[in-house]
Amino acid sequence: MLRVAAAFCWVPLGTGLAAAERPADHEVRALAATCAACHGTDGHAVSGPAMLRLAGMPSAEFVRQMRAFRDGTRAATVMQQIAKGYTEEQTEQLGDFFAAQR
Amino acid sequence: MKRRDVLRSLGWGASALALPACASWRKGATAATVVVVGGGYAGATAAKYVRLFSDHTINVVLVEPNSQFVSSPRSNLVVTGELKLADITRSYDDLHRRHGIRIIHERCTGIDPDARTISVERSGPLRYDRLVLAPGIDAMSGTVDGLEQARHAGRIVSGWSAGADTVALRSQLAAMPDGGVFAITVPETPYRCPPAPYERASLVADYCQKYKPRSKVLVLDANQDVTAMGALFKRAWQQRYSGLLEYRNHYNVVSVDAATLTARFDVQADVRANVLNVMPPVRAGALAVAAGLANVDARWCAVDFLTFESSVARGVHVIGDSIHSAPMMPKSGHVANGQAKVAAAALVAAILERPPNPHPMLTNTCYSYVSADDVIHSAAVYAFDGAAHTFKPVKGAGGTSPTPSAAEADYARAWAGNVWADMLG
Repeated sequence: MLRVAAAFCWVPLGTGLAAAERPADHEVRALAATCAACHGTDGHAVSGPAMLRLAGMPSAEFVRQMRAFRDGTRAATVMQQIAKGYTEEQTEQLGDFFAAQR
Repeated sequence: MKRRDVLRSLGWGASALALPACASWRKGATAATVVVVGGGYAGATAAKYVRLFSDHTINVVLVEPNSQFVSSPRSNLVVTGELKLADITRSYDDLHRRHGIRIIHERCTGIDPDARTISVERSGPLRYDRLVLAPGIDAMSGTVDGLEQARHAGRIVSGWSAGADTVALRSQLAAMPDGGVFAITVPETPYRCPPAPYERASLVADYCQKYKPRSKVLVLDANQDVTAMGALFKRAWQQRYSGLLEYRNHYNVVSVDAATLTARFDVQADVRANVLNVMPPVRAGALAVAAGLANVDARWCAVDFLTFESSVARGVHVIGDSIHSAPMMPKSGHVANGQAKVAAAALVAAILERPPNPHPMLTNTCYSYVSADDVIHSAAVYAFDGAAHTFKPVKGAGGTSPTPSAAEADYARAWAGNVWADMLG
């Protein structure tokens, strides 16, 4: 009985430890909110083509574009300056977040 | 056994772990009410994002006397007739319709952090669990002799907030004769939107060049130099408005004469104008000052930057232009929008009894017109620095435009559409 209980508890605790290494969903959501003034709430831009709609963009594409802004291979007016404010890990979290928005 | 005890001590039973980490199963959250005072860039964003970040479980009441939102960013385009006031005016209705926010179009007359209530003009007192104050700024007209009377008489406009002032300034400029003098005074920093006076002067110069070319635009600046995007503005003035726009530093206005539209300065000679736009020093909105929250120089509200909670009133979060800003962080609409989200996340966390996000971030992009067609920007990314307990610009990020461009006018337009939807839609 004791062994069963211990085994039962091990799984969620293990999940908890893994979760501690990456931010919680609500923290990623707050990070994504830093994009929203220009790119719309949860990436749902409403205002013409100048500022891209991020909602539904494939994660790999988002990450590739952000890297291109950072290393200068994609020319931009503002994003080359903004993209440098985010780490590679944050960029990947943002990519996954926006890909999941519909 | 030990691990299970740890889980229990955290209040997480096995059944709770099986549920998603949504708020609805926590009883405390469903009853909580957040009151937001002020429906500008900061307040409206906070109201919406408390609803979003709590998955619509926390009740939100927005107290804002104006029936519609009028944007100060882009209002300089109304001064020169490029836009109408309706173009920068938006409804608050979606905050109610789409997000279930209760909106009370009345003035908040006082706050009581001990009782956790605010008083409102006609409705009775409102109880809150957390209060968000976004009272914006108020002009310190008393610091310039004669300004209060001149403003009441409609002779001199300040134009710190879009609305009636914007329309009045538009009328004064339209009535100015060719060969007239448009003078604008700039207060010492800090003030709302550092590039705003320079953008206004640029747009007025562009207007004069097109319609009243014998006129003159005077920028009378209390600072020692242009306080935002200085190199870009000064190059644009030299290249586009040479002989038309004149910039003068160290001009600290001390009094005005409404009858003759004359400004007097502490050191420099008097300046007489056809349109005198005096932008006096500003401070936190009167509500924050009256509540004793403006504890920095009796002008600005000190906050804990991790949560934007007031340093003097527990449970009261202050955001937007009324706070004592983090270093290198301008008082802009974009920053107010970002601060609102950090505060919303933090107070939702507090209500749901989880720790605040230890790494909040926000961004800024200020678009400024140097003419009706060409725009420049200044951008930055800010991250919370735990050791210094404040926001700092992320090194290597941010910057300005290399040169004014029509492409950035498209971005400025798109920015406005998207940020208005982010706060109101």
